[in-house]
Amino acid sequence: MSLELKNVEKKIGLETHIYPTNLKLQKNTINILLGSTLAGKTTLMQIMAGLDKPTSGEIWFNNENVTGMKVQKRNVSMVYQQFINYPNFTVYDNIASPLKITGVSSDETKQRVGKVAELLKLSGMLNKKPNELSGGQQQRTALARALVKDSDLILLDEPLANLDFKLREELREELPKLFENRDCIVVYATTEPSEALLLGGNTATLQEGKIIQYGKTLDTYNKPNSLVSAQVFSDPPMNIAKIKKSGDQCSFLQNDIQWKTKLNIKDGEYKVGIRPHNITTYKEGNNTLEIKGKVLISEISGSESLIHFTNGNLNWVSLSNGVFQKNVGDEMNLYMNTDEFVYFDQNERLVSNG
Amino acid sequence: MNKTVNQKAWFFVIPVFVLVAFNAIIPLMTVVNYAFQETFGNNVFMWEGTRWFKQIMLSERFHASLGRQFLFTFIILFIQIPLGIAIALTMPKEGIGVPVCLVLMSMPLLIPWNVVGAMWNIFALPDIGFLGHSLNALGFDYNFTQQIGDAWFTTILMDVWHWTSLVVLLSYAGLRSIQPAYYQAAEIDGASRWAIFTKIELPKMKKVLTIAILLRFMDSFMIYTEPFVLTGGGPGNATAFLSIDLVKMALGQFDLGPAAAMSLIYFFIVLLVCWVFYTLMMRNEEKS
Repeated sequence: MSLELKNVEKKIGLETHIYPTNLKLQKNTINILLGSTLAGKTTLMQIMAGLDKPTSGEIWFNNENVTGMKVQKRNVSMVYQQFINYPNFTVYDNIASPLKITGVSSDETKQRVGKVAELLKLSGMLNKKPNELSGGQQQRTALARALVKDSDLILLDEPLANLDFKLREELREELPKLFENRDCIVVYATTEPSEALLLGGNTATLQEGKIIQYGKTLDTYNKPNSLVSAQVFSDPPMNIAKIKKSGDQCSFLQNDIQWKTKLNIKDGEYKVGIRPHNITTYKEGNNTLEIKGKVLISEISGSESLIHFTNGNLNWVSLSNGVFQKNVGDEMNLYMNTDEFVYFDQNERLVSNG
Repeated sequence: MNKTVNQKAWFFVIPVFVLVAFNAIIPLMTVVNYAFQETFGNNVFMWEGTRWFKQIMLSERFHASLGRQFLFTFIILFIQIPLGIAIALTMPKEGIGVPVCLVLMSMPLLIPWNVVGAMWNIFALPDIGFLGHSLNALGFDYNFTQQIGDAWFTTILMDVWHWTSLVVLLSYAGLRSIQPAYYQAAEIDGASRWAIFTKIELPKMKKVLTIAILLRFMDSFMIYTEPFVLTGGGPGNATAFLSIDLVKMALGQFDLGPAAAMSLIYFFIVLLVCWVFYTLMMRNEEKS
């Protein structure tokens, strides 16, 4: 089982929503579409589902061209950011609705709905109507509707975006389990890098209607092929600075901080990307390279401290474990891990050894 | 927390109270005053108790006009609500068509009521009116000034023309507020067009439809100007709805007492029907 997009392009009027895209998704995988709002995630999913036709290009499913085939014939299910359920149906009838139309017997329906409801912790509320439920339960109902039929393709379009923090965390942990042992392709759109890392599988980074990079989630995270891909897959945003390399010595262009690199690349100017958690307020492990900063903003989120500071003409972001209260304007030392620096050339492509 | 007591705050309420008193309470109380007394010239009043109320409640004339009123209101609701929904469903959802349709739809609502009556009167005249003349030319024996059926037909047609737009606009607003994802989800389920209408669109339009039915009920139940100009309540009393009958009694016959009693009964009927309807709808709302 596989889903393949061949040169799929979507234009509306003169505006290009999806640039020609090639993508092959394999069976039993979770595939994450990661990108900001308007990156084209939803459009891409609707094209995959058959809810929308590509302007050009083809969609192949199991070696069959399904371009332009109606969604009813495609055996897909979809979960949306909004909690979409039939307002007048009970939770039971909502979950059963995809089965009723395909003519599954009532005994089997009962059994399958019961099973899915248990999986999603909805057993106690099968007789309630959607507007009597909390947002989390409404979204669980929508998820149950998507899972109850044996779809070949399950599309989840930012399913957790409208939930509050705790419910989101809870459901986020359950989601990978729900898709285990299922003979299907899961596509999951999100704006949050942490969600992608938690779900694992494969990740495609998207920006402005283009797929920048597609591969195993961890590979995409650790080896971004370009600055854009690294930016999409970093929250808070990655710090970018221009550097100069000569021999094994590197230095920032804007100050005299120097470090050694093992990278075997030509001498010259590069850009370096530093993820915020690789700059900390304390020396720890490989975080040894010192940088002086003047605090711009300091935020505490949970048990992490986010400190925005300036050095030279640049604004930097650092993320440290623990709670550090800093005042605006404080001068402080921070420490960077040079092993985790990501180097890009002048064209913002990844440079690597060799 | 202790509430502060400040009796001076009542001064803020006084202007509103005075305003409401002058435009609602005092006129209403005058009517109540007439309803319980016999009036003579020179402001001489005689207490009559509930006599006028009994007289009206037992009067065949009142029963007849009340019956006509209910019949008329039910007919126009029965036509306008489904028709309004149907038109709203066919209206364009985007593009230049939207403002064009909205403006065209609002046109009848913007015309003064007596003008609507006059327009339709001329339009339907059997000899020179476009509608009347055409119908007769097609072989129908149509004359709304003389035949009861034709008078009703014309009055209902006029009201449908005048007011269906309101239902259309409200339904359209209700339909537009349904997120596209609902339609997609239904499409994925393979739901039929009819199922989408009954399972998604109707439940989602319930609130605006409640308002549309309430507004159309109240307006049509109190209809006066258009039929007054169109038929004057005729032929005979065939289209003398409650308010037309009431004005005849009050200003034509100058029976102020019975007319006042009738206005109060009329008022309570409108109030009662609206209350019952609203309570039923809201109870359903709580249940679901």
